[in-house]
Amino acid sequence: MAALTDLSIAEAGEGLDNGDFTARELTDAYLAAMEAARDLNAFVEETPERARAMADASDARRTKGEAAGPLDGIPLAVKDLFCTEGALSTASSRILEGFRPTYESTVTANLWEAGAVLLGKTSMDEFAMGSANITSCYGPVLNPWKATGGDAAGKDLVPGGSSGGSAAAVAARVAAGATGTDTGGSIRQPGAFCGIVGLKPTYGRCSRWGMIAFASSLDQAGPLTHTVKDAALMLAGMAGFDPKDSTSVDLPVPDYAAALTGDIRDLRVGVPAEYRMEGTPPEIEALWEQGVAWLRDAGAEIVDISLPHTKYALPAYYIVAPAEASSNLARYDGMRYGLRVEGEDLTDTYERTRAEGFGHEVQRRVLIGTYVLSAGYYDAYYLKAQRVRTRIADDFKTAWESCDVILTPTTPSAAFALGEKQDDPIAMYLNDIFTVPASMAGLPAISVPAGLSGDGLPLGLHLIGPAFGEETLLRAAGVLETAAGFDARP
Amino acid sequence: MALDTDTVKRIARLARIHVDDGDLPALADELNNILGWVEQLDEVDTDGVEPMTSAVEMVQRLRTDAVTDGDVRDKVLANAPAEADGFFVVPKVIE
Amino acid sequence: MTDTTDTQTDAIPDHLVAHFTSRIGHNSADLIEGETGAWEIIIGMEVHAQVMSESKLFSGAPTDFGGDPNTHVSLIDAAMPGMLPVLNEAAIRQAVRTGLGLEAQINHRSVFDRKNYFYPDLPQGYQISQFSDPIVGEGRVTVDMEDGESFEVGIVRIHLEQDAGKSIHDRIPDQTCIDLNRSGVALMEIVSKPDIRSGAEAAAYLSKLRSILRYLGTCDGNMQEGSLRADVNVSVRRPGEELGTRCEIKNVNSIRFVRQAVDYEARRQIEILEEGGEIDQETRLFDPDRGETRSMRSKEEAHDYRYFPDPDLLPVVIDKAFVDEIKASLPELPDTKAARFVDEFGLSEYDAGVLVAERETAEFYEAVVDAEGAKRDPKIAANWITGDFFRRLNADELAIADSPVTGAQLGGLIDLIADGTISGKIAKEVFDEMFDTGNDAGDIVEEKGLKQISDTGEISAIIDQIIADNPEQADQYRSGNTKVAGWFTGQAMKATQGKANPQMVNELLKEKLGG
Repeated sequence: MAALTDLSIAEAGEGLDNGDFTARELTDAYLAAMEAARDLNAFVEETPERARAMADASDARRTKGEAAGPLDGIPLAVKDLFCTEGALSTASSRILEGFRPTYESTVTANLWEAGAVLLGKTSMDEFAMGSANITSCYGPVLNPWKATGGDAAGKDLVPGGSSGGSAAAVAARVAAGATGTDTGGSIRQPGAFCGIVGLKPTYGRCSRWGMIAFASSLDQAGPLTHTVKDAALMLAGMAGFDPKDSTSVDLPVPDYAAALTGDIRDLRVGVPAEYRMEGTPPEIEALWEQGVAWLRDAGAEIVDISLPHTKYALPAYYIVAPAEASSNLARYDGMRYGLRVEGEDLTDTYERTRAEGFGHEVQRRVLIGTYVLSAGYYDAYYLKAQRVRTRIADDFKTAWESCDVILTPTTPSAAFALGEKQDDPIAMYLNDIFTVPASMAGLPAISVPAGLSGDGLPLGLHLIGPAFGEETLLRAAGVLETAAGFDARP
Repeated sequence: MALDTDTVKRIARLARIHVDDGDLPALADELNNILGWVEQLDEVDTDGVEPMTSAVEMVQRLRTDAVTDGDVRDKVLANAPAEADGFFVVPKVIE
Repeated sequence: MTDTTDTQTDAIPDHLVAHFTSRIGHNSADLIEGETGAWEIIIGMEVHAQVMSESKLFSGAPTDFGGDPNTHVSLIDAAMPGMLPVLNEAAIRQAVRTGLGLEAQINHRSVFDRKNYFYPDLPQGYQISQFSDPIVGEGRVTVDMEDGESFEVGIVRIHLEQDAGKSIHDRIPDQTCIDLNRSGVALMEIVSKPDIRSGAEAAAYLSKLRSILRYLGTCDGNMQEGSLRADVNVSVRRPGEELGTRCEIKNVNSIRFVRQAVDYEARRQIEILEEGGEIDQETRLFDPDRGETRSMRSKEEAHDYRYFPDPDLLPVVIDKAFVDEIKASLPELPDTKAARFVDEFGLSEYDAGVLVAERETAEFYEAVVDAEGAKRDPKIAANWITGDFFRRLNADELAIADSPVTGAQLGGLIDLIADGTISGKIAKEVFDEMFDTGNDAGDIVEEKGLKQISDTGEISAIIDQIIADNPEQADQYRSGNTKVAGWFTGQAMKATQGKANPQMVNELLKEKLGG
């Protein structure tokens, strides 16, 4: 039998249902794998005791014939951004050093309700600001993949970010799946860099209650998994209306896995001209064309579309997200929880606490955000960016008149070496160039591992769907996954 | 619009983040780099376009007025850096 | 990439204030005579009224006053990581209700904005408020002064916002203690136009506003508990000239203090200007012990609140049906009620004004006049309330709500006078006894045998006896000293412990003494 940690969530669920192994055995296998892979630095805190207790409880349920569903007994890693009661929940920031919440986020509560098991909390870019997981206060996370050639050969690579720890953990098979959060691409981009599936649902699909806020109008929770089916299973377990979140949408959660019919002959796939960008490596362009061909061969109609404001999404994002963050992070002031650095007086205490507690990238974005909201600049920056955002959303609305899903590359490069792109923050920001527009429009999007670069590193393809069109999106992703047949391992 | 070090200092104060005077010029450069890059938004015609403040097309849901919370002082104070007699204790506020 | 519109600082910008100044003329009595000429005081007020509701604006924690520190606090109020706001329906209802009561425009779409600043009693590092799109727009309040003059104060807007927690500075040396019980409670900020011209007017405005809110049941107006507080903006100018620089006196928590604060501040500013100085625009506090305003420690720079729509919330949209339902449930408000008292009951405007000033008083009065079909003389009822009833309440330091005598009971007393069971004089005794014991008038009269003696025979006999016993006085009367009749009346009352029907006594006396 294959190693237990090689099983997908769906396969593990079947194995548990068939009695091939126990939830406890499954969890123990993952705990051992976690221990062996500590050099990846993917975890902020491992929770083996809780994991075993949860696994035992799962076994007890199954014995009584009361299994909660396909996630019952499945060991998962949870991003440090989610508040999990009693476990470190720090947004990988010094300012939340030692913070153990007395409450549980809705998304993780949903997962525990579905019977899943908590393996531990994964590292991330501090306050979700980053695309390489190098700003975590716990140190960088390593990508389990290594380049076989080229400049990055022999070097440690980044897993992408901000959900780098979650992506690395799944790719290294030390977790069957993991939760991430996506604000500008923070699930999909690390998913692509680590050769796994990363899904960001429609804004409002998953509750944000108990998720440490970065940019309120953009943040969404989502799964990182090996397969599209696993992503469908996890999303079903995570999603749902939450009256405690005013931006949560009251719509029933469909059986997402059931949507994976493998048949897309009724679909029109949009290919947006503006995603063809100068400087994109030819192999990524080629993979994109290959993806188009796969979908065409599967019977979909390919339609050329235009999303004219695509290139403005990233700069608009870098006004809106920092603005919201500057306000969301004001509560980290050393008064009621987290780090406090005593200063000469109140103001000094605030300033020193936040200067020492926040890393440089976070400080930079908070300052940008403060500036673009400030008197005299609000109209020119924040309001302007929000107007551009409407234009971006309108572009998609127009596109849906002629297509049902949109296919683009996920990232403008494969995973790069630790230390790269650190001179200019904008170079780092550009990692999200393909993922950000869907975020700004609040639309669901998924990255599917589709091929390898010339240096043997995974590359992803990115599908965008209409609002609450996750079923269509997953259906198309499933077909893409089958056609790509990605089975490489790090 | 380029930021000078005085402006950066003022913004840092607004954001309650201490920046050593010596670090202000470099920080100003970093911020100006980013602000210069976002300036391309001026190319977009947004006359008559409503700002998008929410990604969901919904209106605010109203909650029934009832006491469903509170009386959780232990949880409220659980992570406090300093507390006494049920209060948060903070550096003296001068009014 | 810049603009010059200053949209982010608080309050109405000076160059727009003139648009809102609806009282262009002035009552010359309001002007202050300085050493160099007359000065006009311009006052606007921002009143913070705590919404009467069970739970807070964005959390389900309770709103009651007091309580052990940090026990009325939800994790949302404490701004723990990941917490989110959910809007309390009652707050919207109460704000709309208040707007309707102030004859204001109700905005069917409004937005909550974040007002960003750092303070330990503000856990989120921002206050959720409404900046550009408040729930209520322009309205007005008519204010009556004691001298019979009345004036109108325009309302600019009403918006909802979170209250902050409490800072306690003297518990621990060199430290401040924070209690978040009040943090997140719903406040209505009622912004007036600068239509007020004196400390007396300011006090009268606040008093009227408070009364209306209590009538509506949207705020209990309890200033000692902080349910109602006023920020008072004061500036002075030469009549007809440009508006002067204003100072804001924050958190005045009694109507009396409002008047004192304005009076002091106006004189302070006039003194400075007459000496050739300038007024610094600043925030000040009123010190009730000294009767002075003093500057709050100056901040290094003006606040830049960086308002933007709260991305955790969505626009609030209410429809006409929602507003109409509330409109239909409004009580009769003081001005309408007073007009009705004047029309229907023939009361003087002054008496009507006194009776409607507090909702409880008006309700008490109405219970006396017309409870369960028993209709009593409205003027007599008014006199009893503004006279003996208020006297006893004041003497015993009671609010109407704690009155031992109900409106129905007072009505009962009036009935006994009306049907001749007791005289007006005895009634006063009975009333005091009612107030002391809470018993009904009828029971007290029975118990103490205070029924008026109106039997002709009985009185006749008594008078005959007195005349017989006092022949001198009888002769005095007969020889033309009619004043001595009063003495006879007094004797008759004494002989009957005051119970004799005075009219009857007088008639019979006249008859018997002749003349």
